[in-house]
Amino acid sequence: MADMISQAEMREKYLRKGMLPTIFCNGCGHGSSLDYTFRAIEELGLDLDDIVFASGIGCSSRIPGYINADGLHTTHGRSLAFATGVKAANPDLNVVVFSGDGDATGIGGNHFIHAARRNIDMTVIILNNFIYGMTGGQVAPTSPKGTIATTAPYGNLEGAFDISELAKSLGAAYVARWPVFYPQQPIKSIKDAISTRGFSLVELMSPCPTAYGRRNKLGNIKNLWDWYENNSVLAEEYDKIMNYGTDEEKAATINKIKIGVFQHTEKVGFFEAYEEQIKNLMANDDKKWGGV
Amino acid sequence: MIEILDDWCKGCEICVNRCPVQALEISEIMNKKGVRVPRLKAVNKCYQCRLCEQLCPDFAITVTKEEKEEGEEKECKLIIGGVCAD
Repeated sequence: MADMISQAEMREKYLRKGMLPTIFCNGCGHGSSLDYTFRAIEELGLDLDDIVFASGIGCSSRIPGYINADGLHTTHGRSLAFATGVKAANPDLNVVVFSGDGDATGIGGNHFIHAARRNIDMTVIILNNFIYGMTGGQVAPTSPKGTIATTAPYGNLEGAFDISELAKSLGAAYVARWPVFYPQQPIKSIKDAISTRGFSLVELMSPCPTAYGRRNKLGNIKNLWDWYENNSVLAEEYDKIMNYGTDEEKAATINKIKIGVFQHTEKVGFFEAYEEQIKNLMANDDKKWGGV
Repeated sequence: MIEILDDWCKGCEICVNRCPVQALEISEIMNKKGVRVPRLKAVNKCYQCRLCEQLCPDFAITVTKEEKEEGEEKECKLIIGGVCAD
């Protein structure tokens, strides 16, 4: 731990200092997520010139603006499409996408699904705060049942998207979900996600005290952060309790949010496979393929 | 030692609330936005775990190792087999 980068060094090395302090509200977890990303990049020893950050619209999508690296701030939900383009143009670059829950699964739901299905080699960091925070707290596809929001003043009736489960079923190479208040697990996950080949997703549960906590009577910043802590359980522990626990334990655990690493494999990314195909076709040039 | 860049602090008190040894407190010092910024308590048990630094969303905290003076009794948090394992 001794050689960990300090925030003073981080300010000089990674941040566009003129843009700070951030626009994030008091008690928002997005700033911490940015901090973890820097620590992961530092531990991997990557150069910021080899990384491109992309984002759509929303609170979380402000993040590439604070990083002293090349970034794209694109249209709502289309960050993954732009990132695919970046990867197509230069497959040597590391592409990191910052996206919010509404941006990735609401507006850009299909882009997310198909980027994961096509296995584009990129890292997606979704900052899930259960709500459309920037526009004033409308119901998002990830809002849990019963959420009070401006568009659901008597409680949300719809079920919520489980982003990690969705990505896992789509065959993403790396899927992990962590709350933002444990630093080490997200740092390790972001490190693994960047170094894993194929589509990697890190879902960070980021508290939103302004739009979510205040309306849902979760109290002040301290209580909101504690709420996340008390309502999440490690996936392995969840399975153990569901299999061997008593009825009381099961009742106490069943509604909690599962956290942990859900999938970790290596998969050949789309553009790597594409290069391979071109190489094979060039080698067998005399053999005509397709309709010619 | 904890150095705080006062003008970037928004006063969320995450560092104060999540410190494992309650070493920080909200001070009387105000920054230019009128936010009371956190400071180390006069008597504290800070052992430089750097959790506050990692959690700070506004990049305002830097924890530096304090050099212990010669002959000063070192307080151990973790003792294994009678030997300090910090």
